[in-house]
Amino acid sequence: MSEAVTLAPPSHGTTGTPPAFYDLEGRHHPQNGTLLGFWLYLMSDLLIFACLFATYGVLGRNYAAGPSGADLFELPLIAVNTALLLVSSITYGMAMIAMQARRKRQVLAWLAATGLLGLGFLGIELYEFHHLIHLGAGPGRSAFLSSFFALVGTHGLHVFFGCLWLAVLMVQVQRMGLTVANRRRLFCLSMFWHFLDVVWIGVFSFVYLMGVLP
Amino acid sequence: MSAHHDAHAGHDEHEDDGIPHVHARDYVLGFVFSVLLTAVPFGLVMAGGNANPTLIKVLILALAAVQVVVHMVYFLHMSPKSEGGWNFLALLFTGVLVVIVLAGSLWVMFHLDTNMMPMTPHEMRMVP
Repeated sequence: MSEAVTLAPPSHGTTGTPPAFYDLEGRHHPQNGTLLGFWLYLMSDLLIFACLFATYGVLGRNYAAGPSGADLFELPLIAVNTALLLVSSITYGMAMIAMQARRKRQVLAWLAATGLLGLGFLGIELYEFHHLIHLGAGPGRSAFLSSFFALVGTHGLHVFFGCLWLAVLMVQVQRMGLTVANRRRLFCLSMFWHFLDVVWIGVFSFVYLMGVLP
Repeated sequence: MSAHHDAHAGHDEHEDDGIPHVHARDYVLGFVFSVLLTAVPFGLVMAGGNANPTLIKVLILALAAVQVVVHMVYFLHMSPKSEGGWNFLALLFTGVLVVIVLAGSLWVMFHLDTNMMPMTPHEMRMVP
């Protein structure tokens, strides 16, 4: 890597100053690429959600003479779900603080708390879906419900895989400790987890809160 | 790379692993802001009796936009300087695409909806 730095052609810097990633001062910056690459993945994921939000925005009021959001959504349940996800964000933050202090047991405890909150969120969401389908308001009922299940279901699927990843990382940290690789993985999962919370802001605002308004 | 690593070995792993340093204060502040920004729209919809729905919708969207920024700054540690500015650049680019996708879809489909002639089932059967 250091060879690449010294051999970099100077003609690349057209403005006279070299680009930021040509580390001419010889500072060591490992694993920079992983975090940036994971961020790029999250951005592409954001585009998927943007498409699903656009679909819901277009179809969200086409009820096909079926039930509307005001008929179906139970806001107290959604408030509990929002609270679970928000609290899980700060418990993951506490895991990151404990990780910086290299306190393995604390990290595992906070991660376990985060995972339980995530599972609670999934449980309530599955109950809601089951309840809707039981009422005859499944994804096949109307364009509104198709786009609703696609958007909220995709978010729930992300939370499920986040929980799975969390469990795998807990085993890794338990067995190998807070190595550089594990710390990097934990940071990537923290970005994933907080990103899902950001998407959920859009879901509860745009789908649930605005959905029950006339 | 290995030469640099040896020079820094045992020096200070915190600075060396490339993972941004986070502060408990950021998480607590972000959490407090988020709770407020979540509770207000829920309160508006769940308790707001006969307020203007359009006004409430605008408020919900505005508060959601503020909360997204709060999460980005306090939880995702986003700043124009992190990762040498590259992830902020990616975020801006994605933001532009998201706005185009959302605004474009809603605009086009809304106009299609209002400008199409309404059809009766009988007319639909006559369409070649």
